Amino acid sequence: MSASSIPDEQHDVACPFCGLVCDDLVVATHDGRLSVRANGCRISIPAFERETPVDVPRVGGRPVPLAEAVTEAARLLHEARQPLFAGLGTDLAGARAIARLAERLGGVVDHMNSAAGLRDTMVLQDSGWINTTLTEVRNRADLLVVAGTDVSGRFPRFFERCVANRETMFGDERRCEVVFLGQGPPDDALPPGIATTVIPCEGPRLQEVFGVLRTLVTGRPPKLESGGGIPMPVLESLAQRMRAARYGVLVWAAGDFAFPHAELTVQSLCELVRELGRTTRFCGLPLAGGDGDVTFDSVHLWQSGFGSRTSYGRGVPEYDPYHFSTERVLEHGADALLWVSSFNEARTPPASAVPTIVLGRAGMALPEPPAVFVPVGTPGVDHAGHLFRTDRVVALPLARLRASDLPSVAEAVESIEEALSCC
Amino acid sequence: MLLKITGGTVYDPANGVNGEVRDLHVRDGRLVAAPGADERIDQEYDAGGCVVMAGAIDLHTHIGGGKMNIARAMLPEDHRGDLLARTDVTRASSGHAAPGTLAAGYRYAEMGYTACFEPAVLPVNARQAHMEMGDTPIVDKGGYVMLGSDDFLLRLMASGAEQALVNDYVAWTLNATRCIAIKVVNPGGISAFKFNQRQMNLDAKHPFYGVTPRDIVRTLSRAVYELGLTHPLHVHASNLGVPGNEVTTLGTMAAAEGLPIHLTHIQFHSYGTEGDRKFSSAAARIAEAINGQPNVSCDVGQILFGQTVTASGDTMMQYQNAAHAHPRKAVVMDIECDAGCGVVPFRYRDRNFVNALQWAIGLEIFLLVDDPWRVFLTTDHPNGAPFTTYPHLIRLLMDRTFRNERLALLNPAAQALTTLGTLDREYSLYEIAILTRAAPARILGLADRGHLAPGAVADITVYRRQPDPERMFTAPAWVFKDGELVARDGRIVQVTWGRYHAVVPEYDPGIERRLREYFDRYHTIGFGNFRITEDEMTAFGHGATLVNHACTRRSA
Repeated sequence: MSASSIPDEQHDVACPFCGLVCDDLVVATHDGRLSVRANGCRISIPAFERETPVDVPRVGGRPVPLAEAVTEAARLLHEARQPLFAGLGTDLAGARAIARLAERLGGVVDHMNSAAGLRDTMVLQDSGWINTTLTEVRNRADLLVVAGTDVSGRFPRFFERCVANRETMFGDERRCEVVFLGQGPPDDALPPGIATTVIPCEGPRLQEVFGVLRTLVTGRPPKLESGGGIPMPVLESLAQRMRAARYGVLVWAAGDFAFPHAELTVQSLCELVRELGRTTRFCGLPLAGGDGDVTFDSVHLWQSGFGSRTSYGRGVPEYDPYHFSTERVLEHGADALLWVSSFNEARTPPASAVPTIVLGRAGMALPEPPAVFVPVGTPGVDHAGHLFRTDRVVALPLARLRASDLPSVAEAVESIEEALSCC
Repeated sequence: MLLKITGGTVYDPANGVNGEVRDLHVRDGRLVAAPGADERIDQEYDAGGCVVMAGAIDLHTHIGGGKMNIARAMLPEDHRGDLLARTDVTRASSGHAAPGTLAAGYRYAEMGYTACFEPAVLPVNARQAHMEMGDTPIVDKGGYVMLGSDDFLLRLMASGAEQALVNDYVAWTLNATRCIAIKVVNPGGISAFKFNQRQMNLDAKHPFYGVTPRDIVRTLSRAVYELGLTHPLHVHASNLGVPGNEVTTLGTMAAAEGLPIHLTHIQFHSYGTEGDRKFSSAAARIAEAINGQPNVSCDVGQILFGQTVTASGDTMMQYQNAAHAHPRKAVVMDIECDAGCGVVPFRYRDRNFVNALQWAIGLEIFLLVDDPWRVFLTTDHPNGAPFTTYPHLIRLLMDRTFRNERLALLNPAAQALTTLGTLDREYSLYEIAILTRAAPARILGLADRGHLAPGAVADITVYRRQPDPERMFTAPAWVFKDGELVARDGRIVQVTWGRYHAVVPEYDPGIERRLREYFDRYHTIGFGNFRITEDEMTAFGHGATLVNHACTRRSA
């Protein structure tokens, strides 16, 4: 597509920079610079409007033509006995290309956000859950309990898009109470008119809180004065409101559960939701999805049956969320690392002595020059693509907003794959 | 390139060919008439002693979309027992109950299947369904888009909208989601569950909209008919799995008011309440009703024993079924004011009374429905069993002695409640060819598939004749897709990517104004990003052609 065929102002633009993938942005393009004209937020505006530095492929820090960088990347991967494909911040096409290459080379795949993702996945694999999605929340939810996150930091427009609306399919006078279990958001992060309550709680104590709430919901109050540091009358009142909700939603963001064994916290949350569901409708809403994590995991899952932390080292997909983490594989045997981060130049590869190929958003600053660096375009900015939303249900098309010579991750990986046949 | 398959015994029911020795010729991916004597045959396959059929078509198999990916994510332990190693031509993947898309495509092709249809595409999840089907190699694919619990339709119906407006919405949905048919799952029930209703009978009013499942079946079957779709409304009826649901099932047939209707996985909807345990077979009454109503067709949804996973849009019933999960885990999801999904792993046990009777009920239906063009061979993969059990199921249909031997091993109380042992019918190869190719192609409107006349697409399966049909149907000698040899002796030799099949019925674009407003007011994605383009389909499908089948409007 030539530069002239890209309109100066595009509507219905999907934003790839957080898991909500809001698709109502209006973005203007002028001389390759983008400006968000409507529906931006504190994540999307800087991410779209960032000035893209001129960046070139490099081998060992030395600028080279793209073909030379690709050849060197192919050589390193060809010689590796256990290549690791990590970072994996990319779109559908990039995820497909990486999955194919990793399988061909007997590599390991692991997304940069998989530690957070596993806090949810392990619960899915052990006991399951009852969940809902954004449009249901927007129209049905009359009580939102937000646990262990203020949401607004990672998903700035969540409350605006799913809670603040008065009009729903079922009436014009919707009121949705929001209870923060933990810490509330900063005052300026919530749209006006939302009734909120904050019940302070430390993240690691949430599991206990959910357990006590569950016993309260079942009508068997424990003989305690407090639970998880929260006075019992407060918990009793919350349990009563949860039971009285017609469509309650318990929101969490595994990325904010940065404490040991957080999967047990997620599990107790899901058990509480299940208990509430015996008499009313209550659902969980896991918020995730940054740097294409949901997209990569979804693609790899449907192709192979497994998500991140899968090794093809023995010719079959072997999934092991402990052994095949990026950290462990780098420590124990990886002899090449292909690191991908096309949405965020700040997500750089972990320090290691392993020869590293970086497919990074143009302008990525690295403390040490990697063996190979290939600047790549950002999906939804420099090229079209597809990205999954937090709910793993909605996949949205990403638009090309400006002319760019940068290859996409898919194109770069396909070039490497072609160069492999010459090795 | 001219290819010849010589001397096979051909079963081609669409053309009335019943076990005749014939030569087939293929050029440029299609069957052609016998060439002149002077034309050079580039490649010849000696099919002497072999059985030749068109490639098989599965009209109801859950191979792609969000609920299947949830099922995959939930079951690493199941995948680990069935890992597929990389070969020179195929990629590594994993199989069994919820196989990876790569494994699914390879295994379908290895069994001689050349087309598969995903019967539960949520409109809002259609992109993912097509991405997954696009990553399913070799076979052709298509989806049935789910309506009937989506708030837009229910709002239209509650407001007393004219049928013409419903038709426009149905047609727009098919266009936007690139699907080939309309499916309804527990009509209105998935929505009612969101209002905390736990059960829904055919004439129960929806708690908010006031419409009944019967209204929904009538309205949608009429829309499908008037829009000129070939495939009838594909109905997963209310009360799945509930003892006594035969009444609902018979009522659902009547709700179509004589228009074409397809009742899917009817085994799960053919239960009576007789006997000490208040659970019995209603297969005879259901089959009799089908036999007497030519507008009704069904697929069976046979269960077979062992571990599997049930994945359905029917949140209302899956929420109940979660109590029987094995292993004990379940996912239930409300989705986007569009529908929902429920995923529950399940192990069918031959010593269990209910499971044993379910097995018998499915087979009773196969054997009691007279017209093989109106009963289709499915296990509702993976809900009754994984599709890899089809050869075993075919043997159960073809071999009465084998069937009765299996029956004798089952729960005795269940044996006492089934007439299966008295049914002598054995399916012929000709009838199996009807069930698995000719009839699915006809009911889906795939004019150039499912048969072997000149002009048909050269999707061809050649089986070595063997006394045991299970062995015969497990590993065909050769499978050709679009004239290319893709599998030999049950092993993939070449990977291709198949095509998508869809319909694009016409509609009054005025409906788009309404929809745009609806999306703007209530949804979290924009109307403009909802519709899937042809270019997207090509990209999802590794360059797959999108075949849009003709629809001709019919008057009311």
